[in-house]
Amino acid sequence: MTQAFAIQAKGLVKQFDAVRAVDGVDLAVPAGMIYGVLGPNGAGKTTTLRTLLGIIDPDSGERSLLGHTDPLKAASRVGYLPEERGLYPTMHAREAIAFMGALRGLPLAEGRIRAGRLLEEHGLGHAARRPIRTLSKGMAQTVQILGTIVHEPSLIVLDEPFSGLDALNQGRLEALIRAQVAAGVTVLFSTHVIAHAERLCERIAIIVGGRVRFEGSVADARGRMQPVVTLVTRREHGPWQDALPPGARRDGRSWTFDLPEGGIEPLLARLIDGDAGIEALSIERPGLHDVFVDIVGASVTKEMDAVEEAQ
Amino acid sequence: MISNMRAALVIARRDYIATVWSRAFILFLIGPLLPILFGVTFGSIGAKMQDAPTPVIAIIAPPDAGQALVAARVRLTETFGAMVPDFKLVSPAGDAIRQGNAILARGEAMAVLSGVPDRPTLRGSREMFHSFGPEIDWILNEIRRDDAFAKAGLEVPAVQLTRLPVAEVARPAEADRALVARGAQLLLLFLTMILSGMLLSNLLEEKSNKVIEVLAAAVPVDAIFMGKLIAMLGMSLTGITIWSSAALGAAAIFKPGLLMALPVPAVGWPMFVVLGVVYFMASYLLIGALFLGIGGQAASVREVQTLSMPLTFGQLIVFGFATAVIEQPDGLPAILASIFPWSSPYALLARGAMRPELWPHLLAVAWHAVAVTAIIRIGARMFRSSVLKSGGGGLRRWLSRRSAKAS
Repeated sequence: MTQAFAIQAKGLVKQFDAVRAVDGVDLAVPAGMIYGVLGPNGAGKTTTLRTLLGIIDPDSGERSLLGHTDPLKAASRVGYLPEERGLYPTMHAREAIAFMGALRGLPLAEGRIRAGRLLEEHGLGHAARRPIRTLSKGMAQTVQILGTIVHEPSLIVLDEPFSGLDALNQGRLEALIRAQVAAGVTVLFSTHVIAHAERLCERIAIIVGGRVRFEGSVADARGRMQPVVTLVTRREHGPWQDALPPGARRDGRSWTFDLPEGGIEPLLARLIDGDAGIEALSIERPGLHDVFVDIVGASVTKEMDAVEEAQ
Repeated sequence: MISNMRAALVIARRDYIATVWSRAFILFLIGPLLPILFGVTFGSIGAKMQDAPTPVIAIIAPPDAGQALVAARVRLTETFGAMVPDFKLVSPAGDAIRQGNAILARGEAMAVLSGVPDRPTLRGSREMFHSFGPEIDWILNEIRRDDAFAKAGLEVPAVQLTRLPVAEVARPAEADRALVARGAQLLLLFLTMILSGMLLSNLLEEKSNKVIEVLAAAVPVDAIFMGKLIAMLGMSLTGITIWSSAALGAAAIFKPGLLMALPVPAVGWPMFVVLGVVYFMASYLLIGALFLGIGGQAASVREVQTLSMPLTFGQLIVFGFATAVIEQPDGLPAILASIFPWSSPYALLARGAMRPELWPHLLAVAWHAVAVTAIIRIGARMFRSSVLKSGGGGLRRWLSRRSAKAS
């Protein structure tokens, strides 16, 4: 049976000593898509993922993983790549992948066959019988990623999967993620590098201070901010300036302002009528990075205000 | 989800293979040989010291008196195995004192005995007097007695002792059984201490490899702990099988009668061996579960080292507590030692040597199973609640929290 949501969480809370690492997180990850959990360092992404996977229990709140409220009951259908990569240094690459599959219920013999095939497909066939300690960091990380998918899970959770990989391997990992989703797998990954999320994700959650500050599609996220207009005129002054929206920022003959609600056409007409002499005009949609900075910045400011109020 | 036992076996298999196929396991196997090598080395040094040239005492005496001394010396050394210097007979040549001093000056003897038998005089170092004085006295008395008997015309016939061998002679059973109990407890302590230390190192390796999170995401922490315990238990049983086979083989070759000469424990040897294996497993699992639970809280090698010292002392205290069974198998301290989980295997093993009833052992095995399960559960819960969080310092953090609460 397929669920509409691969992961659901409501009001998750996890406190370590005085630190509330997860503070009422609500999440709903639709099945069959790539979902990104974004946040600055220390935002609570890893703890959220660990709590969702059942590695640690929440202090309060509800969670469901592939329809199971006890996440470990779904473990055989889940693949997980932790932020802190971990492999046994003396284990051979093929054996390590098969072992990770066996932990998820895949028979060892079958795991070895699949591991050999996966290593070949990813250009590491020559390393199948080499101990992990003799592999480069990138190769070892690839081995661990292959161990995450060897049992053909329905859901893959990757915690900062791109960290430590060079550009070439990052591209390979992106391709692997896309291939998994094309095969119907749900992929949830956390990152603080927005470019990956922007390229890969259909939906994102931005977590700051243990709370979800935004949840929705990437397009929705971008839509939170108005496109930015940059206008360069030949004349520095003139009555046409009155047509510019309030808050327009000037730098010599260059003006920057948010796209007016009514669109650019009425403004253009007035500028032309006022003989502003339009030299250049560009409209840029804000990137996810801008949205992220906006949300994280606003959250931090809000928290600082709250602290000041409390004091 | 795969079953807890299957998950535990997957982990156990990996750990077992990784451990048994490592160089460390070879060191582990030859570990018990070290005390034996130590003993052999010092034994051979002792033998070499015995092989050193025997000291000599020069005897300045007429031939008949000298021969009587030599004969008495042989009787003393052969009958009682006494260490007595060799005697070198020297015919008297003028002044005995001057002759003796010349012998000592040339280093031909460490002492000179003259004036035998009526006015014997021994000259030499004080150390020599201290080492061999009583033996020389005995020899002189012996020849004087023989001489007196001969002068009186007395002849003492040799005693004819009738020896009647009996098939079985009862020995004090309690003392023998106490010996078996003590030996078995010591062996159990030795094995448990070695193996529980290895378990702690194994868990630390897991944490330093960061594999623990991969495991904890796939299977319950209880299964991880159980898998590690099973692996180390399997490894230790492999080691014990190899050691005991080697020991039995060596005994069969070099001391064939040794095993038959061992005192019999109250439950008999076959049952005692079974109990030994069962209580080794129980002791190991109880200590191992505790080590895993506490070791799981440690974040670094240093923390593990800090932990291992009090845990080792704890084991020794528990062991001391369990020896109460040997003194009074049915006394209150013995009963308490049998109930307290960590001393119970030691206490019950000693009881097996001292008392023949089996029902306390059945009860104990059930109790140990409950205790192991509970300790693993608690350890796993502690692990899940406080260890896997971003940033380290698990134990340090826990301790500081305790001290903060206390203050």
